[in-house]
Amino acid sequence: MNTEKETPVYVAPQWKLVWWKFRKHKLALVSGIVILLIYLVALFVEILAPFLPDQTNSKYLYAPPQSLHFVDEQGNWGLYVYGYTSKIDPVALRRTFEIDSSVKIPVGLLVEGVPYKLFNLIPGNRHLLAPLDPDQPMYLLGADRLGRDVLSRLIVGTRVSMSIGLVGVLLSLVLGILLGGLSGYYGGNIDNLIQRVIEFLRSIPSIPLWMGLSAALPLDWDPLRVYFAITVILSLIGWTGLARVVRGRFLSLREEDFVMAARLDGASEMRIILGHMLPAFTSHIIAAITLAIPGMILSETALSFLGLGLREPVVSWGVLLQNAQDIRSIATAPWLLIPALAVVVSVLALNFLGDGLRDAADPYAR
Amino acid sequence: MKDESTLLEVKNLKTHFFLDEGTVKAVEGADLTIRRGGTLGVVGESGCGKSVMSYSILQLVESPGRIVAGQILFHRQLKCNGQSQMMDVIDLAALAPNSRAMRDIRGEEIAMIFQEPMTSLSPVHTIGNQIEEVITLHRRVDHATARRQAVDMLRRVGIPKPEERVDAYPFQLSGGMRQRAMIAMALACHPSLLIADEPTTALDVTTQAQILELIQELQRDLGMAVMLITHNLGMVAEICEEIVVMYLGEVVERADVFSLFREPLHPYTRALLRSIPRLGQIKQGRLDPIQGAVPDPYNRPVGCPFHPRCAQMMPGTCDRIHPELIERRDNRAVRCLLCEP
Amino acid sequence: MLQYILRRALLMIPTLIVTSLVAYIIIELPPGDFATSYVANLAAQGDMASQETARVIREQYGLDQPATVRYLKWMQGILTQGNFGIAFELRQPVSSFIWERVWLTLALSLGSILITWALAFPIGIYSAVKQYSIGDYFFTFLGFIGIAVPGFLLALVLMYVQFKYLGQTSGGLFSSEFLTAPWSWDKVLDLLQHIWLPVIILAVGGTAELIRIMRANLLDELRKPYVITARAKGLPEWRVLLKYPVRLALNPFVSTIGWTLPFLVSGSIILSVVMNLPTTGPMLLRALQVQDMYLAGALILILSVLTIIGTLLSDILLAWLDPRIRYQ
Repeated sequence: MNTEKETPVYVAPQWKLVWWKFRKHKLALVSGIVILLIYLVALFVEILAPFLPDQTNSKYLYAPPQSLHFVDEQGNWGLYVYGYTSKIDPVALRRTFEIDSSVKIPVGLLVEGVPYKLFNLIPGNRHLLAPLDPDQPMYLLGADRLGRDVLSRLIVGTRVSMSIGLVGVLLSLVLGILLGGLSGYYGGNIDNLIQRVIEFLRSIPSIPLWMGLSAALPLDWDPLRVYFAITVILSLIGWTGLARVVRGRFLSLREEDFVMAARLDGASEMRIILGHMLPAFTSHIIAAITLAIPGMILSETALSFLGLGLREPVVSWGVLLQNAQDIRSIATAPWLLIPALAVVVSVLALNFLGDGLRDAADPYAR
Repeated sequence: MKDESTLLEVKNLKTHFFLDEGTVKAVEGADLTIRRGGTLGVVGESGCGKSVMSYSILQLVESPGRIVAGQILFHRQLKCNGQSQMMDVIDLAALAPNSRAMRDIRGEEIAMIFQEPMTSLSPVHTIGNQIEEVITLHRRVDHATARRQAVDMLRRVGIPKPEERVDAYPFQLSGGMRQRAMIAMALACHPSLLIADEPTTALDVTTQAQILELIQELQRDLGMAVMLITHNLGMVAEICEEIVVMYLGEVVERADVFSLFREPLHPYTRALLRSIPRLGQIKQGRLDPIQGAVPDPYNRPVGCPFHPRCAQMMPGTCDRIHPELIERRDNRAVRCLLCEP
Repeated sequence: MLQYILRRALLMIPTLIVTSLVAYIIIELPPGDFATSYVANLAAQGDMASQETARVIREQYGLDQPATVRYLKWMQGILTQGNFGIAFELRQPVSSFIWERVWLTLALSLGSILITWALAFPIGIYSAVKQYSIGDYFFTFLGFIGIAVPGFLLALVLMYVQFKYLGQTSGGLFSSEFLTAPWSWDKVLDLLQHIWLPVIILAVGGTAELIRIMRANLLDELRKPYVITARAKGLPEWRVLLKYPVRLALNPFVSTIGWTLPFLVSGSIILSVVMNLPTTGPMLLRALQVQDMYLAGALILILSVLTIIGTLLSDILLAWLDPRIRYQ
């Protein structure tokens, strides 16, 4: 063959390039799936939680976790957990539990249980995994000091904790894009002023400030209002990081040839910003958002843990961890620390995902 | 028998980069000789391996790149007392990149200047600090002497008020001044070879001429050899005595400057010369670019590397047989099947 | 250089003013004025304070006057007499009892910064120079864990482990015999014996972040042409590394103190609550819970100002390291 073959030129849209680059990042890919699962849990809380989060049971205070069995000693298949035997500790005057393998509590899939309204709309009463007899105990992750099911509370807490990150970041995003965009696009005095504000907000310790602000929330507010007030407080400082990213991208894009070309073509400012610049950094923004969510989740956890954030009856991971505040309760019921694991897993996964997205955000860079 | 005046011989040098995507044969057979005090130009398109070749001489190629074959023979003149001069021939390719012996050559015998004088100097150290460092490293002198020598060197490369500039930071100097400082640093120990890797590319045209003149002037004064790496044929014509043309990591032609421009032998050299504008050429109309593009580095063409772009390609021959570099009687060499006897 | 320091110090003044305003807003946020809550609190403790007391307090702090005047009076008290107002739970001036806790907070944070640096600097260099080695992967992974596990959770887990396997409860910064003792050499030694665990826990997150930063910066610098220039001079590899890329990667590293400090102070507060350390953390939490606002405001103000001063110091250090900033 000596005729020169025309090399085919393949053209892929930018999102495809981003996806190709992201796909190479195996850890980020796995983390993305984990995050997706966590948000699915947050969405279908009512079906997934075996019980209501505030369902107390005075007979099973601090009952330890049971494990789920598929086969019994006779080799019969079936889902069940073992029951408890309890005795009163004469010294501590406290009930202690032991797993009693002679009592089998049958458990089923999609069992009828406490009625609920999915998304506050669709009524239902099926729970993914629950004891067939609703009065029998099933504490796969143990019970807390009021005999509430930690698993159910953890699942319910997922919704609040993961959504507060999302809502808080969206709020920060609005502030960040607006102020960062102004700062980066116009430059000059506006840029100076906004940069000073950002510097100021970053130079003072955030936790004391958050504590001060959230302590001022009236105690008689309903949970929803507290929830939004907390997200607003968190975003008040959280926007600075996003604003920095947006400003940086604006500053560098302003100098790019394609922006100059659009300007020479007589495109309007709005068209340049929305049509040419914004698509060029949406991927960066998505990466920055992903990296900002874990900060929000950690902050909410910290504030609620201190008792200054969300409060009962709202259930979030931070609120759950409040029960594990002192060494005595952890020593009695180490399973109360399980929500910490949920925090760490989701924060870790979001960090990996964000890192992968950030690397993929600029598919042309090597 | 080797000529007394030989300074550096590169023989069949091969430097490859081992990447995940495959092996890039950046240098795949480079042969050249530099005379003591001579000037050699190395020309070729970007990506032809001329920079990697020059980095290989100083063993500065970074991982995943590695010299895989060939010799780099450096004829070191041992500076004995009196007239008796001893020659010591060292194969630089055989030295470990960070060995003591290699480091003794760098800066002391062979120095190098680079394309970007801004990024090639450390922004947070003064010019003086960076020049003194190379002096104290290779000469047994105290700090004050080193500083005096640095100032002398700065004066010699034409930096005004060297006593003040010695304490300046690179960002306080203009591009041309930075390149002069870079040259002062390279020549501080009076090396016998200066490798200049596109030393004027980043400078504006008037400064380019000044820097070239400076290099020539210093070459005369200090008696060093210069190896000039460039893609600018005009520059080569101006200051070089001998020229080496590289294509895809191979030396394809070697000749003295007059013969090369008068009678280029390799089709690539001819195409290269046709592609540059010349005074009085207006009538001929458009410039003649070399057809096609430099092949993908992972897939080198079989046979002669230039055959897909060659106007005189001989089907069945050039795409099968890889030509050798043939030495001619007139002290020229060419790597082309057309020119084989 | 002096000029630069002066300019930075002057730029700090507006920041300090805004900080004091924010702290004051926090004091003013809860409903009702201080005098009312003070008297109510006294009454709750069985002290039949008269309206007279309330009137005196109102006058002293200008509580009847507009907010701007009250702010100015508060600031005047702080600047001229170091008077931060009265803590109503303890019924003492705030300034009479908070300083020891402030110093302990500072000691905790500074100790963590030192540990953070001592660990992050060499590990970051190692990770960058030996990129993609097993050690690099190990530290990168460890770094991610460090970022994802907040200090207070780590403290909880460590305290549980300590309780479960060593059978002891830790917490506090002093042994019981030194708790109320005046400061002495022995008390300092006792402090050192207790403070290392919280210092390390606090340092984990920052270390992880700084390793990441140092590694990324150094990787950037290692690719710069001046590194090749330095090698071409004939310098040994370790001298090339230390004098050039490491030195340049140090600049962004130093500038991170600016945000490490607020981060550490924040972390120390919540960690102190968990580990029951006698720093400002538990005091601030308590003050906010009972709405002891002058105390809370003073603590927030002092912590913020100290952080801002720390940031200023890191800026000056950075300018000293990087001539490009010094000469602008």
